Amino acid sequence: MLNPLQRRMLRRRIVQAVPVIIMATFSVFMLLKLLPGDVAITLAGENATSERIEEIRQIHGLDRPLLVQYGQWAWNAVQGDLSNSLLSGEAVTTTLARVFPNTMFIVCYAIVLSIVIGVPLGLLAASQAGGLADRLVMLGSSVGVALPNFWIAMILVVVLALNRQLFPATGFVSPWEDPLGAVWYATLPAVALAASGVAEVARQLRSSLVEVLNSQHFRTLHAKGLPFRTVLWKHGLRNVSVNLLTVISLLVNRTLAATVVVEVVFAIPGMGNTIVNATLQRDFPVVQGAVLAMVLTVITVNLIADMLYSVLDPRISQR
Amino acid sequence: MTDATVQAPHQAQIDRDGFVTRFRHWLTDDPVAAIALAVLCMIVGCAIFAPWISPYDPTLQNYDAMLEGPSAAHLLGTDDLGRDVFSRLIHGASASVYASCLAVGVASLLGIPVGLIAGYAGGWVDEAISRVIDTFLSFPAIVLAIAVTGVLGIGLTNAMISVGIVFAPQLARLARARTLVLKQELYVDAAHCFGASPAWILARHILPNAIQPVLVQMTLLMAVALLAEASLSFLGLGMQPPDPSWGSMIARAYLYAQIAPAQMYAPGIAILVTALAFNTVGESLREALDPTSAKP
Repeated sequence: MLNPLQRRMLRRRIVQAVPVIIMATFSVFMLLKLLPGDVAITLAGENATSERIEEIRQIHGLDRPLLVQYGQWAWNAVQGDLSNSLLSGEAVTTTLARVFPNTMFIVCYAIVLSIVIGVPLGLLAASQAGGLADRLVMLGSSVGVALPNFWIAMILVVVLALNRQLFPATGFVSPWEDPLGAVWYATLPAVALAASGVAEVARQLRSSLVEVLNSQHFRTLHAKGLPFRTVLWKHGLRNVSVNLLTVISLLVNRTLAATVVVEVVFAIPGMGNTIVNATLQRDFPVVQGAVLAMVLTVITVNLIADMLYSVLDPRISQR
Repeated sequence: MTDATVQAPHQAQIDRDGFVTRFRHWLTDDPVAAIALAVLCMIVGCAIFAPWISPYDPTLQNYDAMLEGPSAAHLLGTDDLGRDVFSRLIHGASASVYASCLAVGVASLLGIPVGLIAGYAGGWVDEAISRVIDTFLSFPAIVLAIAVTGVLGIGLTNAMISVGIVFAPQLARLARARTLVLKQELYVDAAHCFGASPAWILARHILPNAIQPVLVQMTLLMAVALLAEASLSFLGLGMQPPDPSWGSMIARAYLYAQIAPAQMYAPGIAILVTALAFNTVGESLREALDPTSAKP
């Protein structure tokens, strides 16, 4: 199925991802080291006894060399132990396991919306490059990129949830328990997130399509008498489909970041609300765990996209 | 290509002209960019002269006029504490301009030198720096900024320094890519033969030629930083009350969305227009500076 070149390419991608994962986890580990003052005292909380502080120091191994501490932390993390919340005492992994699927549900929903709406718009703009439709799409995408997504979220709430009561204003339903209800509740957040996603997809698709359509290769296709429609759909889209992968992996990063703010608007029990509340309450193990989960998600998605990229585009694995 | 022959003398003409003439050409060629630039100048003007042009003290509370609609006395009405929304909007511009400049400044100071060194040194140095860049590009920007702010202490300055750190890899990657191309140029070899040190070559020969795409990216990052500031202030991690920021104004207005929905429109539009203006100027600069994108 895969030729040796492609297999070598895949191996190289995975090998390149290893140092990125190590450095990312190390940066997340180092977050707590940025805390001013004695970390043990902060972690023990206010009014802690000196025995308690000593105990914390023992548990976290704060008296040992930095790299040993990192190794210990990473080893615990691999085994699913990210220490406990300072406030509730709940294991951080338990919290993350509860909120992470909710966030991913909304993120996936938003990305699907971005593609389903963005791709036709990009095609439309590219097929009439310079025309009225093109200008409207480009104007719309400029606005979409510049919109603060939490503001759009609020306007959607005020107009569609408070004034018309078409959608619920806040809250979330787990997709495992009630799939239809989950889609219902997640629609407004996903639309708010997709505003910039649609803009991004349409813009990127348009620019790569216009470039492809202006190439010599496409001039030939046109010259040999193929109708424009066939050129665009059959050859153009196939040529830029690989670029879409890049856009999607970029979107995962952007949407994950944007969802933090949008979740707060809709009071969704997801990663965003967790990380914001933990930050405001100085619950650092939870902050650390949430950042770790998000960065690992992005790295994984990038790796998968890179691997698909090298398999789908023969030009890349031949380099 | 016919385009190239038409383009060449035009380009030569532009290169001979002085900075002012080129600047004027750019703006007359692209009136939309000129408008966007004017909008930005106005916002920077508001930011600098806020204490003199705003009709009221932005933190002055007036319990006799709470959540009022627009009137002659209060152009955009008052908020839930009776503070003048128009004055808060003008003062919010200071927060936005300060925040964007700080974040992009930190990103440039960190990112550009690192990118230049990686591109020029090559070998394992480049490989190592590139992996660090990859790593930081994997962090969702706001998430890392939230975490770093939480650890360092909540406040606008800390928040925007963290945002700047998260942006730095983007500039580093661009500077690195340009340096890789430029270090092959003959004049770099020549400087090297004359005994110029790598630092001198980077500063005098490579940086001036690599700076254009970086400048474009910096302009575009201003918009991203502005949106990041709004988001962080909205979450309560940026600008602290009672000082106004567009993001925190929206957050406050949301609490009263059912009574006074109009409250949240003005700061949102301010953010949208400013971000749009930065993006428009950035995109236009990209086209004006890029010799390969000939205008039809």
